[in-house]
Amino acid sequence: MTERIIIVGGGHNGLVCAAYLARAGKQVLVLEAAETVGGAARTREFAPGFQVSACAHLLWGLDPRVTRELNLARHGLRLVEENLGTVALAEDGQHLTIRDDRVDGTMLSSADQAAFRAYRDRMARFAALLAKLYGRRPPRLGGGDWTDLLGVGRMGLDIRLLGREDMREFLRIAGINIFDVLEESLQHPLLKGALALDAVLGSHLGPRSNNSVLTALHRLSRGGRASLPAGGMGSVGAALSAAAQDAGADVRTGAPVTRIVVEAGRATGVVLGNGESLAASAVVSNADPKTTFLNLVGAAELETGFANKIHHVRMRGDAAKLHLALDGLPTFTHLAPTALAERLVIAPDLPYVERAFDHAKYGEYSTHPVLEVTVPTIKDSSLAPDGKHVLSAIVQYAPYEHKAGWAQARAGFLQVIMDTLARYAPDLPGLVSHAELLTPADIEAEFRITGGHWHHGELALDQFLMLRPVPGAAQYHTPVDGLYLCGAGAHPGGGVMGTAGANAAAAVIAREKRP
Amino acid sequence: MTRGKEHFRETVLKTPFHSRTAPLNKLNDWHRWKNYTTAGSYFDVSLEYFAIRNSCSVFDLTPMTKHRITGADALPFLNRLVTRNVDKIKPGRVGYAVWCDDAGQVIDDGTIFHLRPGEYRLCSQERQLDWLQRSALGFDVKIKEETHEVAGLAFQGPTTCAVLKQMGLTGIEALKPYGLTYFDFQGAELMVSRTGFTGDLGYELWIAPAAAEALWDGLFAAGRHYGITPMGNQALDIARIEAGFIQAGVDFLPADVAVRPNRTRSPFELGLGWLVDFKKPNFTGRRALKAESERGSKYHLVKLDVEGNKPARDAFVYNRRKKVVGTVTSAVWSPSAKANIALASVEMPWGLSGDELFAEIYYQRELKWTRLMARCQVVDGIFFDPPRKRATPPGDF
Repeated sequence: MTERIIIVGGGHNGLVCAAYLARAGKQVLVLEAAETVGGAARTREFAPGFQVSACAHLLWGLDPRVTRELNLARHGLRLVEENLGTVALAEDGQHLTIRDDRVDGTMLSSADQAAFRAYRDRMARFAALLAKLYGRRPPRLGGGDWTDLLGVGRMGLDIRLLGREDMREFLRIAGINIFDVLEESLQHPLLKGALALDAVLGSHLGPRSNNSVLTALHRLSRGGRASLPAGGMGSVGAALSAAAQDAGADVRTGAPVTRIVVEAGRATGVVLGNGESLAASAVVSNADPKTTFLNLVGAAELETGFANKIHHVRMRGDAAKLHLALDGLPTFTHLAPTALAERLVIAPDLPYVERAFDHAKYGEYSTHPVLEVTVPTIKDSSLAPDGKHVLSAIVQYAPYEHKAGWAQARAGFLQVIMDTLARYAPDLPGLVSHAELLTPADIEAEFRITGGHWHHGELALDQFLMLRPVPGAAQYHTPVDGLYLCGAGAHPGGGVMGTAGANAAAAVIAREKRP
Repeated sequence: MTRGKEHFRETVLKTPFHSRTAPLNKLNDWHRWKNYTTAGSYFDVSLEYFAIRNSCSVFDLTPMTKHRITGADALPFLNRLVTRNVDKIKPGRVGYAVWCDDAGQVIDDGTIFHLRPGEYRLCSQERQLDWLQRSALGFDVKIKEETHEVAGLAFQGPTTCAVLKQMGLTGIEALKPYGLTYFDFQGAELMVSRTGFTGDLGYELWIAPAAAEALWDGLFAAGRHYGITPMGNQALDIARIEAGFIQAGVDFLPADVAVRPNRTRSPFELGLGWLVDFKKPNFTGRRALKAESERGSKYHLVKLDVEGNKPARDAFVYNRRKKVVGTVTSAVWSPSAKANIALASVEMPWGLSGDELFAEIYYQRELKWTRLMARCQVVDGIFFDPPRKRATPPGDF
């Protein structure tokens, strides 16, 4: 019998998991469908000579444990910028710049700045609590296992240790919406809009949707600093792949897994697209929960209740990705050219963001979208031909299913986005030599993520901690013996951080040594 | 019967046999069964019961929930749904089955009729369409509730085979227990299965509602000299307890409606372990049931022979008169076994075969309540088990 552990999918979490398993002496084979590893952390060409981080375009902080233990710097991971500021764009040029707990701008009072500092410090304390919970396997409820009871106790203790005031405040706001919290904390409309964008990016949420405080905290859980890797996000995938191979793992690309073989309730291997069968002592899936269970395993191999829980995991993406090849740097009204290297956001106020979301609820794209824009070529000229630039933007909201079909709607949406950008940078449309727009449906197809949802499942209280993705699979092992989850669909969720992969590796090691 | 968009105008539905059952219902004893009005008893429960055991008796079972299951994956779907191996239910056969939730707790029991190759009917006490549809995720299967489209009669008792022959069902005597076959009945297709809820020789007759009255008339004409009577559900209930058959909502709580923990039961805890086939690689509840089979069950269902003649209905069950260890779920004086019988759900390990238990029975004697701690003997076999129910061809009574 083989001792080989197969990892389905060479996304960043799959590679992290592979590296940890290989370091623990396991024989590991990573199977990636695409020709390059990295999954959503991938750089590719979108126009001749122009490279872009094709899905995730900013690194919000890998799990520091992963960076350190896998020695990613030695494996080639280098940041060209460690702490991008956020520029909240105003049509009239009265922009704000946010960096850590400071906010600056011409129309800003010292009271606004103090209020922001207080808001940000409090959110950072709560986010640090989440970070503590993220590094641990969530406890399983109702199983009667003492380690699980201890886990619940630790969770309670961690919350209590916030102190009386913070604990009450945390419990008050954890499940509510960012709109209300921003309204009661801050005055400045543009500041509130920019902060609301942080909460809703990549989610099927508007600022007024419950759970949007949780998503804001999730973004802050790794320190809330956006960085740019040299060579784009693909270098994260490359460094993790190098680390995994250095530890002894084999990585095969161009090898799509079409089926996870289950025999007598145990995962025993996989079948590839070319018909090749590969045996395994355990299978770890980096694919999202729906792909893993409903496509690769098949509902028939599962029990009815569990299959339906997976079927009902909410994961319909709302984020589109825009890539522009530019002949030169655009000029944003009243914005210093150096500030163009920062993270630019278009979210002028809270109602604007909420209204943008309204369209998505009814299968339409936003007529006034919110955007997170980066021009990575300012810091990293390797991505484009000399003197040319790349603009990469996340655009919301684009429903996974447009009511008229994306084939019909795509051109109109691209025009809306270009018009929106032109209001802030009038010369921008004239500089575009090539444009690529990825709708959630395109993201689903290219990155093999159901619903095109980056987080492999909405990050919300009902799909969080021991409920992620669903009870019964929230501790990385699943109802199918020998089958594990290691992707963003597992605790603690999405964002390029690698925590799920590292936690999953620990769970595999602990469980697979049992007789 | 009113169907389709007009159903709401009638709060209670009438079965296709209503025009025949109503004049026979001398007691006007009607009750609601799955929104149909059905007879609790027609003229005398005892006489109706004795017809089941001594001549023949007709029960209108139209309200029984029926589902038609077809499609390429009908068999794998059923195998994933129920705990037993459905491969063994060949075309023309009927199998008793039980299905569970993921926790291995029984949702309902019922019978699977393999009507024609790849075409099945699942009959159940409770409505199951929701669970069946959820179970269909990933299967190429079509599920249709056909409760209203199929009229059904249970025809039970020693003279049933003779009556069906009399009615012109040539060759019916060759039908084995749990077999099913088809006849032409005045131009309609009549399906006859050798099944029932009485533990006696008997059949169930299934026909389109339009032909229901003709079937009833034909049956009663043929049975005139064979002691044919209608029966209500009270008489049937006595017979089914004698036969040791359990009933959803009575002997176990369907897992999908239970709210409190420890109120539901696994197949092992209902004495249905013989229906659990771990050789099947997957079925809903398998993991939990495998663990239970290794760890041991919390409860078991026991058949009790209770001292005295006061039915132990709803009685607490005690061990050595001190500790409550269970509850009686069904109890009746058995006229055929001449015994005071009961089914009880009892905590393990109390009442393992031969153990002595006590039932706390309250009864009134001339308006005065009396409490009785009745000694109970746990019995292994069926209370009343006549060989005629198995004989093929059945005797000509």
